[in-house]
Amino acid sequence: MIYAAAALAILVTMGLALTRALLGPTVYDRILAVNMFGTKTVLLIAVFAFLSDRTDILDIALLYVLINFISVIAVLKLVEQGNFFTSGESTTNKMKSK
Amino acid sequence: MIDILIDIILLSFLAIIAIAIIRTRSLLAVIMLFSIFSLLSAGLFMVLDASDVAFTEAAVGAGISTVLMLATLALTKSYEEKPSSHRPWIPLLVVSVTAAFLVYGTIDMPPFGDPNAPAHQHVAPRYIEQGAKETGVPNLVTAVLASYRGFDTLGEVTVVFTAGIGVLLLLGGRQRRKKKKEKR
Repeated sequence: MIYAAAALAILVTMGLALTRALLGPTVYDRILAVNMFGTKTVLLIAVFAFLSDRTDILDIALLYVLINFISVIAVLKLVEQGNFFTSGESTTNKMKSK
Repeated sequence: MIDILIDIILLSFLAIIAIAIIRTRSLLAVIMLFSIFSLLSAGLFMVLDASDVAFTEAAVGAGISTVLMLATLALTKSYEEKPSSHRPWIPLLVVSVTAAFLVYGTIDMPPFGDPNAPAHQHVAPRYIEQGAKETGVPNLVTAVLASYRGFDTLGEVTVVFTAGIGVLLLLGGRQRRKKKKEKR
C-alpha cells in the first residue's frame, strides 16, 4: 500500500517535470526537467521493484542513474560550447543564443 | 491494480510528449522531449519485465541519440522556411488510403495477445518451458536476447558501433579541417 502511494506521488512529480519540459521558456529549464524526469524514472523503477517483488531490477535502476548523469553532462557541455571537441575553457557559445 | 494505473499514466505521458514533439518548433526543445520520451519508454519496458530492452532504450535513446542529435544541431542551423500556403489534400488522401489498406490488412491477423497465434506457437513454448533450464538465466527476455538470439544481438551491437564510429568521424572530421584552415 505504501509503495502504491509512493508510486502515485512519483507519477505526479513526473507530470510536474513534464509540464516544465513542455512549457520551459529557456533551454536550461528543459535540461533540468529532463534531468529530473530521469531521476523520477529511476525512483519509479526502484519503487516498482519493491511493488512487484522483483528486487533484481534495482541494479538496473542504478545504471539508469549513471546514464542519466552522463547524458546531462554531455548535453550541458554541448549547450555551453557548441561542440565536443574544444576543451572546457574555450566557449564558442553557438547554442547559448537560443 | 496499481500496475495498470502506472501503465496507463506512463502511456498517456508518452502520448502527450509525442503530440508536443510534433507541435514544438524549437529543435533543442524537441531533442529534450525525445530524451524524456526514451526514458519513459524505458520505464515502460521495465514495467513489462524486459530489463535488457529497457536498458538499451535508456542508453541509446536517452543517452547516445540525444547527444548525437544535439551535436548535429550544433553543426547545422535550426531555422525553418515559412510553411507554404497550399492545402495538402493529395498527400492527406494518399496517407488515408494507405492507412485504410494497412488497417484492412490487420483484420486477418490473430487478435492481440492470442496464445494460439502462429508467432506464439513456433519457438515461444520452448523458451518458456526450457529457457531457465537451458540458459540458466532467470529473466525470460534476457534469456532470449542474450542466449537464444546471441548472434543477432552481437550483429546489432556491431551495427550500432559502426554507425557510432561513422557519425563521430563525420562530426569530428569537419571540426579538424576547420582548425587547419584557421592555422593557415
